[in-house]
Amino acid sequence: MNRNEIELYIHIPFCVRKCAYCDFLSGPADEGTKARYLARLFDEFAFYGEMLGKGKHADRETAHGAVECKGPRRITSVFVGGGTPTSLSAEQLSGLFERLYGCFDIERDAEITVECNPGTLDANKLSALKGAGVNRLSIGLQSALDDELKLLGRIHTFEEFLKEYKAAKSLGFENINIDIMQALPGQTVGKAMRTVKTVASLEPEHISAYSLIVEEGTPFFERYGAHPELLPDEGTDRAIYHGTEEMLASAGFVHYEISNYAKPGFECRHNKGYWTGTDYIGMGLGAASLLDGVRFGNARTLEEYVSCFKDPSTVETLTGKDRMAEFFFLGLRMTEGVERAEFLRRFGIPADEVYGDVLRKHVAAGLLKDDGKKISLTERGIDISNTVMCEFL
Amino acid sequence: MSTDQSKIRNFCIIAHIDHGKSTLADRIIEMTGVLTSREMQEQVLDNMDLERERGITIKAQTVRAVYKALDGEEYIFNLIDTPGHVDFNYEVSRSLAACEGAVLVVDAAQGIEAQTLANVYMAIDHNLEIIPVINKIDLPSAEPDRVVQEIEDVIGIEAQDAPRISAKAGINIRDVLEQIVKKVPAPKGDPEKPLKALVFDSVYDSYKGVIVFMRVMEGTIRQDTVIRMMATGAEAEVVEIGTFGPGRFIPCDELSAGMVGYFTASLKNVKDTRVGDTVTDANNPATEPLPGYKKVLPMVYCGMYPADGSQYPELRDALEKLQLNDAALQFEPETSIALGFGFRCGFLGLLHLDIIQERLEREYNLDLVTTAPSVIYKVFKTNGEEVEVTNPSNLPDPTVVDHMEEPIVSAEIMVKTEFLGAIMKLCQERRGVYLGMEYMEETRALLKYELPLNEIIYDFFDALKSRSKGYASFDYELKGYQQSELVKLDILINHEPVDALTFIVHGETAYERGRKMCERLQREIPRQLFDIPIQAAIGTKIIARETIKALRKDVLAKCYGGDITRKKKLLEKQKEGKKRMRQVGNVEIPQKAFMSVLKLDED
Repeated sequence: MNRNEIELYIHIPFCVRKCAYCDFLSGPADEGTKARYLARLFDEFAFYGEMLGKGKHADRETAHGAVECKGPRRITSVFVGGGTPTSLSAEQLSGLFERLYGCFDIERDAEITVECNPGTLDANKLSALKGAGVNRLSIGLQSALDDELKLLGRIHTFEEFLKEYKAAKSLGFENINIDIMQALPGQTVGKAMRTVKTVASLEPEHISAYSLIVEEGTPFFERYGAHPELLPDEGTDRAIYHGTEEMLASAGFVHYEISNYAKPGFECRHNKGYWTGTDYIGMGLGAASLLDGVRFGNARTLEEYVSCFKDPSTVETLTGKDRMAEFFFLGLRMTEGVERAEFLRRFGIPADEVYGDVLRKHVAAGLLKDDGKKISLTERGIDISNTVMCEFL
Repeated sequence: MSTDQSKIRNFCIIAHIDHGKSTLADRIIEMTGVLTSREMQEQVLDNMDLERERGITIKAQTVRAVYKALDGEEYIFNLIDTPGHVDFNYEVSRSLAACEGAVLVVDAAQGIEAQTLANVYMAIDHNLEIIPVINKIDLPSAEPDRVVQEIEDVIGIEAQDAPRISAKAGINIRDVLEQIVKKVPAPKGDPEKPLKALVFDSVYDSYKGVIVFMRVMEGTIRQDTVIRMMATGAEAEVVEIGTFGPGRFIPCDELSAGMVGYFTASLKNVKDTRVGDTVTDANNPATEPLPGYKKVLPMVYCGMYPADGSQYPELRDALEKLQLNDAALQFEPETSIALGFGFRCGFLGLLHLDIIQERLEREYNLDLVTTAPSVIYKVFKTNGEEVEVTNPSNLPDPTVVDHMEEPIVSAEIMVKTEFLGAIMKLCQERRGVYLGMEYMEETRALLKYELPLNEIIYDFFDALKSRSKGYASFDYELKGYQQSELVKLDILINHEPVDALTFIVHGETAYERGRKMCERLQREIPRQLFDIPIQAAIGTKIIARETIKALRKDVLAKCYGGDITRKKKLLEKQKEGKKRMRQVGNVEIPQKAFMSVLKLDED
């Protein structure tokens, strides 16, 4: 983590159709709503741009309104997530980036990611993104099997994805992530591996593989909430997980976080920022920010968000204890783990003085690895990481 | 101050739970004008919050009121409140002994219940004049004529002129008051004779010390009397005497034969002032005490442990405070390997246990772990020695046990005939011996059973309720001890016996109970890092087994910027859950697992 760095997250809460498992703040919307939303989002750009001192990086004033910002911040990453940001039109996307660059001084080599979903990525939009300086795409494929795509309520087939993926490649996108979802209802290890194999063979730079979580309030919850027996059991889930790990390792992917794999050098910088405590500013519906030890979140309904100005709906001031806990429970998500020296540097106290008992207990139980410098989860530790992480709170 | 005995009416109200006793008491207090309506709390007599919530009266309390009757005379009413539950039978009998009459409240829709019947018979035994009252006549389902008939048929008392009232709506309350004046006999007793006063309750007050509730039967008690408790032998000088205003004490100079009131003296502990004891004048003692005194003894025991071991001293203080007001509550320190330091507590019955537990949790903010309740077993050893066992883990080794005896109760269950089959099956399952059945009317019957006490202290009430859809009432009294084939059932978690889960059970039901306990524990104990066998064993023989499979997956698939707060809450919750666990060996057992095995009938 670099105290100077800050990341931007921009939430686009729109999609073509809500998927059956999705509990994100997103949904289909008409053009008027989108326009009103973007206008409001651009106000936020202006607000935070002003705060971070657009154009004044050399000799910037510090205090800006309620939130104080110490020293010049380097914006090293932008992530446009959703929903489906590419459900916006090519013009809207271009306009968004134009406005963004107008409001913020973004580092020349910053990682600029846009989430996209197959079925919304036409040549026009891809060119628009390319033209806007987007250098990383994160494509939500979820499965290479059409029956699973249908079950999930996706709007696309694997063929459609493939066409768009190839188009992106040929347009010169050289850093692409493909999201896949595992432990789906009725999924066998073999079926899951077919998707992993297919995706690996496409040679993206990054793969995220998530176990399905049946979230309350989704159609999946109605279907499976009371019927866990319809979902793969824990044994199958773990076999899929470890099978994925193995298959991707042999394809040259590094397993660098619980659910993330990357070709060397292509780890997602933005997400690593979240896990290492880098500050970030989230803009858009329900987006969360972390700034100088305060985590705050925007309104979570469109109506509230569009109507009221910058009143965060949630504010949480992190205490030293909170930050130490986050250091571990976020840091341990990464397979390289956390460094004792970094803990000491950040908190001025050795990790062993705060967490000595917890560390010893879990090392003894074979859940943590400890080489004296770095502490990380073992393979078994990853499987039941909540059991370990909760003890750092 | 002398009061004309002929103008005193001492009476109590007998009613089944929910039939409206407290409401009628409130109306009587209102009608006698001692309190204004504004001062009336909803149910004046029930002081404790807990009682109000449960709709039952725990500690007997009493009130004195002045009623101006239609004949123009003023009468002193002493309404003696009686506890309404089987656990407090003896207290009820002492309250009845302090009265000359009893108002029997019967719900116009529900009719007579088992418990009402038990109390009415007790009142008749004490030669009380019974005044039947039909309550809740304003209910659409009220059938007053049927209930009048039932009272005449079942109890055998005249009920044609029973007032038909609604205590809630205040209908016909004056009829009740007038009948009390006309029918309840005035007290007798010579104010000049040596003092004899019956103790029917006592409470501890931090200002006044022990306050003794009594009915003066003979003689007179005055401010300066030196009293002697004839059973406990305690002596003390009276500090204050007085009568009971609603919600407050009204001091006076003397109380003579026939009157009801209280005294305070330099008595430190309610143990000195046992219910049923006779108060006399130490300087002019009565030769014989009043009849009927008996020392109440606990029938049901369980271990109570603070969930947080450091709260042990607080638990002890709380038990001591409760005991000041509750001579029947007993406790002594005990240690459990699984639960740490706690107390083995003795109670009159299950309700008494429930009440104490709830008061500890509510009034003293203690988080408790309670072990399975046990009765007192008599163990006859091969060397001729006899020991009483209240904690199952203290049962002597089977090789030195010749035989064992367990307490048996005779139980009466009143039930709608449509549930007869279900209830008889329940009694059968609980090793009940059928004694007989009486039809109260076409739709209701009174079942008589002999049941081992240890079969009704777990979840019998709950089972009775659920299997009769609430239409059963239950009353029991201890009958005696009986030899029985009892075994000690141990529960082993990860091969280690957990003392707090050990219990004594009849040989025939051991297998079933062991199996159910293992199943229940398998559900209640969360999975851990390794497989955990749960076994039920008699001696070295394993009779049931379940396995809690090791936790294989407990992981948050993703956690990004916007998720962190929510995910942290999940982890916090998980950590909170861990805190409420007990470490037994290397297994973490949630506290509720210890309690869950008490309610096996739900399975």
